[in-house]
Amino acid sequence: MAIAADAHLKTSPWREFWAGARQTIPLIVGAIPFGIIFGTLAQTSGLSMPGAAAMSACVFAGSSQFIALGLLATGSPIGIIVLTTWVVNLRHLLYAVGLVPYLQNLGQGWKAALAFWLTDETFMVAIQRYQQPDPSPYKHWFQLGSALAMYINWQLCTWLGLTLGQTLPNAANWGLDFAMVATFIGMTIPYLKTRPMVATVVVAGITALLARSLPHQLGIMVAAIAGILVGVLVETTHKPEASHS
Amino acid sequence: MNHSEWLLIGGMALVTFGIRYPVLAMSGRLRLPPRLLQALNYVPPAVLTAIVIPAIFVESGDLWFGWQNPRLVGAIAALAIGLWRQNLLLTIVVGMSAFLLWQLLLS
Repeated sequence: MAIAADAHLKTSPWREFWAGARQTIPLIVGAIPFGIIFGTLAQTSGLSMPGAAAMSACVFAGSSQFIALGLLATGSPIGIIVLTTWVVNLRHLLYAVGLVPYLQNLGQGWKAALAFWLTDETFMVAIQRYQQPDPSPYKHWFQLGSALAMYINWQLCTWLGLTLGQTLPNAANWGLDFAMVATFIGMTIPYLKTRPMVATVVVAGITALLARSLPHQLGIMVAAIAGILVGVLVETTHKPEASHS
Repeated sequence: MNHSEWLLIGGMALVTFGIRYPVLAMSGRLRLPPRLLQALNYVPPAVLTAIVIPAIFVESGDLWFGWQNPRLVGAIAALAIGLWRQNLLLTIVVGMSAFLLWQLLLS
C-alpha cells in the first residue's frame, strides 16, 4: 500500500506539506473515532472539560491519554499516571532514532516541532517519504503536513467527543476504537513483502501476547524489540531472499 | 482546571516530549552504526504488530481466539482486503464494517 505513492512529483515546501497532509487522510479516518471516544470518556473519568482539551493539546499521544483516563478513574496518584505515560510512550524513542538520519541537518526549531508532533501515524507516513529515492530537499515539510493534519484532527475530535459525549450515552462501549486496529493493520501490510519482515511481524505478535501481563503496557516495547532483533537476524542469515525484494 | 490537573497534564507533556525530542536534539552529532540503521527498518512493522495483536486477542487479560470475537473477524477482513487491494482507506472501512456487523449479529 503505497501511502506516499505520488509524492515524488512534489518539489516545493508547500507541495510537500499538502502531499503529507493528503497522504495522512486514511490514517485520520482511523483516528477520528479514537479522538471522539477520548473526549467522551474524559467526562466520566473525572477530568474537567478544559483539562481534557489541554491534555490533547499539550500531550498529543492518544494511547497514553486513554490510559491516563483509566488511571484517573481508579483514583491513581499523579506520579503513577506520569510514569505510566512515560512507559507507554517509550516506543516514540524508536521513532526518534529512526528519524535521525533524515532530520539531523535541520535547525533545532524544526527538530523540536517535528518531535512534539511525532505520532505513530505520522512516523509511518513520513518514513516512507524519506525512504523514497528522489532528492527533494523538502521532505521534512511532508512530515510537517502529516503532523499538523493529525494534530488538528485530534483537537477537533476531542472537542467533538466532549460536546457530543453527553448526547451519546455509552458511545465508548460501541468498540469504535477498533478503527485504530484496522488502521494499524493497513499500515503493516505494505511491509509484509520480505521474509525478514514477516519474521518480525510473527515474533512481535507472539511476544506481545506472551508479554501481555507486564505492567504499563511494557509488553509492547518488549515485543517490538524482539521482533526487530529477529528481523535483523533473518536478514543477516538469509541475505539472498532479503535482497530480491 | 484545578492545580492537580495542571500538574498531571504538565507532567505527561514533559515526559512525552522528553522521549520524542532529546535524540533529535543531539542528532547533529550522532553517527548511527550500520547495524542500528538496518534494525530501524523493522521498527514500523514491529511496533504496529506489538500494539495490534494484543488489541485483537486480549479481552480483560485473557486470550480470545474464538470466531465469536468481533475484533478477530474485523482484523481478518482488514487483512484480507488489505492484501488483496493494497488500499489503506478501503482496509480501514472494510475492517471496521466487518467488526461492527459481527458485533451487531452476535449481540
